[in-house]
Amino acid sequence: MLKQTPLNATHREMGAKMVDFGGWDMPLHYGSQIEEHHKVRRDAGMFDVSHMLAVDLKGADVRGFLRGLLANNVDKVQLPGKALYSCMLNERGGVIDDLIVYFMREDWFRMVVNAGTAEKDLAWMNAQCTSGGHAVEITPRRDLAIIAVQGPNARAKMWEAMPGSQEVSENLKPFQATEIGAMFVGRTGYTGEDGFEIMVPVKAAPFLWKSLAEQGVAPIGLGARDTLRLEAGMNLYGQDMDEETSPLEAGLAWTVDLDSLRDFVGKAALKAQTLKRQMVGLLLVDKGVLRSHQKVVSAHGDGEIKSGSFSPTLNRSIALASVPLGVQLGDLVQVEIRDKLLSAKVVKYPFVRNGKSLIN
Amino acid sequence: MMTIPSDLKYTKSHEWVKQEADGSVTVGITHHAQDLLGDMVFVENPTAGRHLAASEECAVVESVKAASDVYAPIAGTVTASNEAVESSPEAINQDAYAAWMFKMKPDNAADLNGLLDAGAYQKLVESEAH
Repeated sequence: MLKQTPLNATHREMGAKMVDFGGWDMPLHYGSQIEEHHKVRRDAGMFDVSHMLAVDLKGADVRGFLRGLLANNVDKVQLPGKALYSCMLNERGGVIDDLIVYFMREDWFRMVVNAGTAEKDLAWMNAQCTSGGHAVEITPRRDLAIIAVQGPNARAKMWEAMPGSQEVSENLKPFQATEIGAMFVGRTGYTGEDGFEIMVPVKAAPFLWKSLAEQGVAPIGLGARDTLRLEAGMNLYGQDMDEETSPLEAGLAWTVDLDSLRDFVGKAALKAQTLKRQMVGLLLVDKGVLRSHQKVVSAHGDGEIKSGSFSPTLNRSIALASVPLGVQLGDLVQVEIRDKLLSAKVVKYPFVRNGKSLIN
Repeated sequence: MMTIPSDLKYTKSHEWVKQEADGSVTVGITHHAQDLLGDMVFVENPTAGRHLAASEECAVVESVKAASDVYAPIAGTVTASNEAVESSPEAINQDAYAAWMFKMKPDNAADLNGLLDAGAYQKLVESEAH
């Protein structure tokens, strides 16, 4: 039996093609994945991401607990509502999950973790909390639905849909959240566009979704969510990194704080690592489509595509690939597709930000 | 049913086959196949002159979601390849039966009798839906 979000019936009413996504019955698209992608880049779209889990961490010692739990430094967030992207590592320095944590008050942080890893994350956090002797209450919030509204017009349409929300959320900076009554609004997302991620009580989710639709916000499926995040150069857990991957080799070094004196789970392992691989962007020169697990052949040795797809904005295929350290930006490498070697150029990513191509 | 034209033949691997007056056949993928794959972004057809065995992998269609092989419905020689559909793969989504992929001259015209008719293909699609 597949798990359902509170918007399941709403998706079906809107003509969604539903798929099994890691045990969740989720919308893949509502007609055309490419049109949905463009809608987010050019106007506004909404995503049901209620399969992801919000987790509240409460108690006087929350910040202390998170200092040791997360690879990024939670002391970077001091302004109420400010969010931090971080990996949670195991002792070997492998990635248990990547997550966002919002600092609400000194005794309350809210975390959002991936759907497929949620149970594992909770077990890990509880164990770490107990072994570290932290007085922190960890509460999964399955009573909250999560809707992301993304695109250049997303915020304005959200304000139209929810009268009264503008005053409270228009001064939010990127990566900052606030509460509006029972609603939690964060200026975050997974598309490379401006917008909000909104949490509401499960019962209120269909109303919010329909109110947004009335303002012309298009429903967007997981298909376009994947091409949007890939263009934006954002990692996908399970595909771009996992428990066997070092964040330092997965393009996530910028999220790992090895400089401060603070200790955290996985730090010693990361310090001892000799790095061999790096994550790079690939732009397919020949015609075709880059896909996960395709082999990359370079003068410095072989690599592998982690995430690959067709980029609707660039109208060509792009990928995130794990390649040997010697590979340089601007190099041409070969990708094995159906027994043929096709040329791809090594580029800096993100590929697209705020509707604009960053590729020359 | 509109998405399964009655004048065409079909394969179990979701190609449609049209018998032309000059004895050649035209091949594409069905509406059902494009619906499963979603937005098409890449098509690679066999080149004219290539001889194909029945059920041989001879073309590729790729959607944003996935790559899928296209198989020769019967044995024969490719006589034409549709470059328009290679440069505009989305034509397959717009009208799968107008967006043909290649034409071939059958080795043996009687081989066409072994393909599915519209009714049999309809049953196949329905059985796959469950």
